Amino acid sequence: MNPALILLSGTPVPRDIPLPLPLPEWLLVALLVVSFLLHILFVNLMLGGSVLTLWAEIKGLADTRYDRLAQEIAQTITVNKSLAVVLGVAPLLSINVLYTVHFYSANALTGDFWVGIVPLVMAAFLLLYAHKYAWDKFAGRKKQHIALVAAAVVLLLFVPLIFLTNVNLMHFPEEWGRVSGFFSAMFLANVLPRYLHFLAASLAVTGLFLFGYMRRAGYGLGEKLPGFGRGEVLRKWYGLAFWTTVLQLLVLGPLNLLTLPWNSVTWDSAGLLLAGAGVALAAMALLWLDLRGPDEFLGRNFGWVALALTIAVLFMGSGRQAYRAVTLAPHRAEMAARTERQIQLSRAAWQDYERQMGVTALEVAVVEKLGWYARRQIVRAFQFEGAVIDLTFDLDANTVRFTYEEANLPAERIFERLEELNLRVVRPVPSGEETTAKTEPVPKAVIP
Amino acid sequence: MDFPLFHLDFFGNRLLIATIAILHVLVNHALAVGFLPLVVLLEYLGFRKRRTDPGLAATWDDVVRRIMLVGFIITTTVGAMTGVGIWLSASLVNPASLGSLIRVFYGAWFTEWIIFILEVVFIMIYFLTWRKAGESETAKVRHIRFGTALVIFSWLTMAIIVGILAFMMDTGSWTADKTFISGFVNPLYLPQLLFRTPLAMMMGGAFALLLLAFFARRTPDARRPLVSFTSLWLLVWTPMGAVGAAYYYLFIPDAMVGNLPTAVGTMAFMDWHSSLLTVILVAVLLSVIIALWGFLAPRRLPGVVMALPIIVLMVFLGSFERIREFIRKPYVIGDYMYANGLRMADYPLYRRDGLLAHATYVDTPAVTADNTVAAGRNVFMLACSRCHTVRGVNSVITKFKDMSSDGRTLDPAAMKSYIPKMHNVWFYMPPFPGTAAELDALVDYIIHMDKHADESLPGAQDEGVAVAHEEVARTDENRRGEGGAP
Repeated sequence: MNPALILLSGTPVPRDIPLPLPLPEWLLVALLVVSFLLHILFVNLMLGGSVLTLWAEIKGLADTRYDRLAQEIAQTITVNKSLAVVLGVAPLLSINVLYTVHFYSANALTGDFWVGIVPLVMAAFLLLYAHKYAWDKFAGRKKQHIALVAAAVVLLLFVPLIFLTNVNLMHFPEEWGRVSGFFSAMFLANVLPRYLHFLAASLAVTGLFLFGYMRRAGYGLGEKLPGFGRGEVLRKWYGLAFWTTVLQLLVLGPLNLLTLPWNSVTWDSAGLLLAGAGVALAAMALLWLDLRGPDEFLGRNFGWVALALTIAVLFMGSGRQAYRAVTLAPHRAEMAARTERQIQLSRAAWQDYERQMGVTALEVAVVEKLGWYARRQIVRAFQFEGAVIDLTFDLDANTVRFTYEEANLPAERIFERLEELNLRVVRPVPSGEETTAKTEPVPKAVIP
Repeated sequence: MDFPLFHLDFFGNRLLIATIAILHVLVNHALAVGFLPLVVLLEYLGFRKRRTDPGLAATWDDVVRRIMLVGFIITTTVGAMTGVGIWLSASLVNPASLGSLIRVFYGAWFTEWIIFILEVVFIMIYFLTWRKAGESETAKVRHIRFGTALVIFSWLTMAIIVGILAFMMDTGSWTADKTFISGFVNPLYLPQLLFRTPLAMMMGGAFALLLLAFFARRTPDARRPLVSFTSLWLLVWTPMGAVGAAYYYLFIPDAMVGNLPTAVGTMAFMDWHSSLLTVILVAVLLSVIIALWGFLAPRRLPGVVMALPIIVLMVFLGSFERIREFIRKPYVIGDYMYANGLRMADYPLYRRDGLLAHATYVDTPAVTADNTVAAGRNVFMLACSRCHTVRGVNSVITKFKDMSSDGRTLDPAAMKSYIPKMHNVWFYMPPFPGTAAELDALVDYIIHMDKHADESLPGAQDEGVAVAHEEVARTDENRRGEGGAP
């Protein structure tokens, strides 16, 4: 959005947190993209696994072979869900620090649902554990047992909508003054297409994972799933990955791209997304060749398919970030300018206040290097001194700057205290000619 | 704070964070840090019996595995999600504070995350391979080694997070320095760690006792030595916990000197400080008595008594957590940001121009004769709502009524003279950040809400936010350098 439009549309331009980023921005972005993809991989596996368990267990009511299959899939969910949660921390941290204002504003505007993630996910996890560890206890009450996993699936299907609503709303500051409550934000243009894209990806990723997991020599598919042919099971997973990805490429992907506000889609982001789609298409071609071959060669291309899809996902994740960067750039620039102005205003008001209160600034140069320990000693020596209002260090000049009430604490006393800490201070020369330390009234504030 | 403000007017924003955080600390201390080392040790002791008494060794191992199942499920559901929940709720209640903390502590939290991943991976390997490891001796030895690694990582996650907690109470030299290391290694770090470690071990033992009351009921042969050993564990850690608590207890007044400028604050603190001594004595004594009983006569120790220590220790931990209320307030980040999310450095500006004049999300950029209630509501949201509700938990209406002579009516004149001085009366209150007109509007709003019991105060999550259009236009003028005095 161009800057003039920001002002016309009543878009809020809030102030940013006035502290520097902890790491270079490109590094934080890289951490965000990579850790998010890792997180979403396990989220896909957790959700896809739960949906497939439910499907297999329902089918198992009529055909007991599928009940065994459901139990086998269920074994993987609780592991994947733990990794999904723990891997979610890094992208949460990174988006918090990179897009503090945008992310937190979206969170607040959907606040009750946002914090609702905690009990909803907790309940889903407890249901999944009950389902997994009480399988035998529920042997005679199959429907109740299915209800456990069905409830978990419902919860797990809803939670991604909360996340998507938030990451979507953060992109559109012009909507912040217009939404009221979670649902109004959920129905903004891009959320539902993204949700369908995510659901299809969950099934595709889980299909591919189960294929790899059950294909391993050490798995013992014959003993674990009696009644099933090896090819029969593996083809199910491969087929699931194939058809959901084809659906993604033909329908859901284009739908997603088309519902993005086009003024922010640049060749960078569109190019990255299309490149991702191209690599995914190649992966599907390999998968198709595999599927058409005989059972004994099934999975011949699996390594290549997995590699190609990993690359596709990296492209997609980068394209997603490129879009975010472009769409937020003008607003972020406006915000940075306002933040800077606010800091100046605030500083001027503070100096004004100091002047009224009869406060003086004193800069003291110290001979010893102001290392970490010395700085700490100084702070501790003055922290409970009411007359000292502010104390900062200039490490380049090796000086300590005191803002203090001269009437209650003579400068000489400050020098003495520093010397008590075994620091040699450079005192002002009484004649007032060459001075390293200087006492001066704070310059008159420049108030715009 | 320049964010749309989430607000829960009945439950209270503070209570939202407190509920989630307390649950998390209990699960973390009792189950992750304290319980895991005991479980690994018990597994090892059972393993050593495999030659002399294979029958007992098998039952023993099974009981220990089953109590670990409980620990495993609770830590990976309630523990993990309340950990995330502290983030989610803090980002709603005080985004300015969390946003500032993360810019200082990104490194610490990132390191914490790496260790946290390892902790989760190890706990899954440890628990999920338990049965399989029983098939051979080498597998069991490896299993116990995995358990040991898990113990180390769960302690480390606490050691890092305590640094951040300690920072919020006492920023050390950070306000002058603003570097990571000066924030992390602050005066309260070591006392906290020395106190929390043995307390977590005690809680782990107490939790194990509670579980043994259920899971070892049908296997008396294993119950007796298991209860006896767990009691011994509690007995060994209790003196260390007492020393850690005493050290922390003695350290607190030292850390408090600068934070309690008023006599009333000092008295509230002294009351709490002396009641803390009682809590320490009762918790330690009771732990020692029950642990001695369990150690000497495990057979006679009834299940009900086995549930007592964990309850007492929860109270113990809870009382100590209150210290943060005393030490931290009126700040959320010491000497930098007040509990209302406003930076100390911005106070002169707000007091000169008004809080509303610099707010982005208000429909009243200035107080006028016909908008006092609406403006007062915005002042309340900006200056009070992080800790207070209008008529729910910690309600301002109730607070002011309690202060009035008859306890029932609000006196606007008294309120107006009290609010500008409240930070001198109650050490935990930040100073009022607005102008005199904003103070009047705030009082008008509180009186209005008292008279209109049907009106509520919705948060940004219910009604959305208004955007101050004037503010946007004005800052645009400034940007172009065409004048524009605030």
